[in-house]
Amino acid sequence: MEKETCTFSYCKKPEVTEVDCDLLIMGGGMAGCGAAFEACRWANAKGLKVVMVDKAATDRSGAVAMGLSAINTYVGENKVADYVKYVRNDLMGIIREDLVFDLGRHVDDSIELFEEWGLPIWKKGDDGFSMDGHQAIAAGKKSLKDGGTPVRTGKWQIMINGESYKVIVAEAAKKALETNRTATGMAQNHYERVFIVKAVMDTNGKNVAAAIGFSTRENKIYSFKAKAMLCATAGAVNCFRPRSVGEGMGRTWYPVFCAGSGYAFGMQAGAELTLMENRFVPARFKDGYGPVGAWFLFFKAKATDSYGEDYCTNKEYFDDAVARYGDYAKNMGTAIRNHLMMRAMRDGKGPILMQTPAALEIISKNMKEKLGEKEGAKQVKHLEAEAWEDFLDMAIGQASLWAARNIEPDKVPSEIMPTEPYLLGSHAGCAGFWVSGPGDLPGTPEHYTWGYNRMTTVPGLFMAGDVVGASGHKFSSGSHAEGRMAAKAAIAYILDNAGYKPTPKLSLDEIAAELYLPFEIYEKYKVYTTDPVINPNYIGPKALQARLMKIADEYFGGCATWYMTSKTMLDEGLRQLDMLKEDANKMAAKDLHELLRCFENYHRILSVEAHARHILFREESRYPGYYYRGDFNKIDDANWKCFTNSKYNVEANTWEFKKVPYVQMYP
Amino acid sequence: MPSFVITEKCDGCKAGDKTACQYICPHDLMILDRETMKAYNQEPEQCWECFNCVKICPQQAVEVRGYSDFVPLGSQTIPLRGSDNIMWTIKFRSGLIKRFKFPIRTTVEGAVDPYAGKPEPDFASVKKPGLFTKPARTE
Repeated sequence: MEKETCTFSYCKKPEVTEVDCDLLIMGGGMAGCGAAFEACRWANAKGLKVVMVDKAATDRSGAVAMGLSAINTYVGENKVADYVKYVRNDLMGIIREDLVFDLGRHVDDSIELFEEWGLPIWKKGDDGFSMDGHQAIAAGKKSLKDGGTPVRTGKWQIMINGESYKVIVAEAAKKALETNRTATGMAQNHYERVFIVKAVMDTNGKNVAAAIGFSTRENKIYSFKAKAMLCATAGAVNCFRPRSVGEGMGRTWYPVFCAGSGYAFGMQAGAELTLMENRFVPARFKDGYGPVGAWFLFFKAKATDSYGEDYCTNKEYFDDAVARYGDYAKNMGTAIRNHLMMRAMRDGKGPILMQTPAALEIISKNMKEKLGEKEGAKQVKHLEAEAWEDFLDMAIGQASLWAARNIEPDKVPSEIMPTEPYLLGSHAGCAGFWVSGPGDLPGTPEHYTWGYNRMTTVPGLFMAGDVVGASGHKFSSGSHAEGRMAAKAAIAYILDNAGYKPTPKLSLDEIAAELYLPFEIYEKYKVYTTDPVINPNYIGPKALQARLMKIADEYFGGCATWYMTSKTMLDEGLRQLDMLKEDANKMAAKDLHELLRCFENYHRILSVEAHARHILFREESRYPGYYYRGDFNKIDDANWKCFTNSKYNVEANTWEFKKVPYVQMYP
Repeated sequence: MPSFVITEKCDGCKAGDKTACQYICPHDLMILDRETMKAYNQEPEQCWECFNCVKICPQQAVEVRGYSDFVPLGSQTIPLRGSDNIMWTIKFRSGLIKRFKFPIRTTVEGAVDPYAGKPEPDFASVKKPGLFTKPARTE
């Protein structure tokens, strides 16, 4: 097909602004805010310029935009080495133990800062019951920093009143950026509603010289040139056809606005990826995708099939899982519990039910025995409020769904269901880039370190949060801490490379033409048909996404095939994906909103391609319950207990794959 | 659960410097119709129901209606976000009403002073573990 180009014959040429800085932070979520907080402190002392770019409003951007009801990584009284073992177990034995340990030894400081900034953290009362963040302060309970006792729901989780979690963390980041403006005289260093689309390489052929993007509010294009760049953007959501395909498409478990833009950025820069075959398929309350963690961990509720059987203890399922997946099955990580649930569902034993009434009955009985009728009833009411807060802080729609279906959790159980697949590296997944570790930990193999902490294989390009591979279970607090660690290392890199002057190999005119191509195409062809939505000359953003979702769902192990795929299916899907990628050259946008959607969906396409090619390379089923290779439906440690790394060459459109040795550093 | 805007209540944030819901929506969904000076959700099937537009609206003009593909009609979830607490009113289809109040922050908004009382960065440790606030934990 003929390639389209933009000569601004049909659409108006936008204003192009070049921004020069030392450190560019892409993404204003937890990792980006952590990076801004740490970076500015170091940068101010040396007069270095720090810029943060966010495609949304930082107060409510990123995965914590809605809020959270818990912080899932707080090491506290535990050992960091135990954190490494827990993450390794849940991610089926292959993680970068240096990265995970490094995260564990830094994460608590971020949580102590959140509390200082105003995040209400639950504390344990003298009677053993929990107090919310306000009650704890009124009762004179100590802060975490001073040795206060949080309310644990599991070994690593603590409860918070997190409706404004992100607003609070953003406030500190924005103030930090303000100090950097004062220190450097920069007029602006916080860009909201600017969407970074692409990495532009340096003429030196090594560095990324510029990150280019556009405003979603005015006709303006930006080229951010920086000595170092820190990509702190989110994973990829709505790449696979979701279970809901009407309005409910938006009710994804992870935020619907996570478009894999960081994966795309690093891939365009030629950075090495690792474990991109990994994905996360959470089991959540059906349709509303409300969190189950508090129900499992805090209320000790059990999930069963519709016959009341705990599918995790079904002997036939369990023996079969052990035969295929060995000791990994015995460890009962998240993937294996998913796998056993899916077995029960495939046998027609669904719906799977969270037995909330039974759990609440036991709690109520215990409370009343312990505290008497009246005081016990009061505590039960308090507990009920806590259960609702779990939803209202982070998945409000689940509360609405229960209300609409007249579900009172003490009276009726609720359905749970495995979702569509998600690609991410900060929650219970580990798909992302291969980054350098800190290098100082005993037992670190040589191939884990090449200079600067969290730097990719591209010099000066750092990653934090969702886009760092092989190091999951960071969650919100760990992403913030990792942003800080990466930012500090980036400052060291900038000081060591003070003489570097970024020289993008594309001119500003070429950049403008590339980013506004979807406008040019739309304007050129829109009058050809009576309804611009249906036009043979171009593809709109919705169609782009629908095609991607259908391919991913049917060939790459989505819900349609119960997460099953194989070489033959992957090969066919990849053939269709190649054409979709080619068609992306004919993306059309009628306004800035559609331009945003076009490039978001292009980023999803690149993310999914990496995902599918990695699944194809790894000839085993390392993550049962997340996806299966029907042609290799077992775990094969002898051949595959290793990292799978890849590199995409954007110009040649080629991929290189290799196995990289995994090293166990903590017994 | 897509957000919707009640025509009578929305004033397009005429008195403000920006349209609040349009400013805050993480997914670029809320948009102001310049002709009617009313906001609307331009892509309801992309709405994550984060309620940020509902919480921020100075006129309480924004609410949400359950996703039409799986939520029965008749429920309502209304937040009222104050400076240190949030109040929730949840109305069930059956008419049952539940009210909850939860803390949202323990400091005054805008009071965060990120570097107050924090150590200066030590450049001798810039390539070592630890952050500017404190060294890494050892065990």
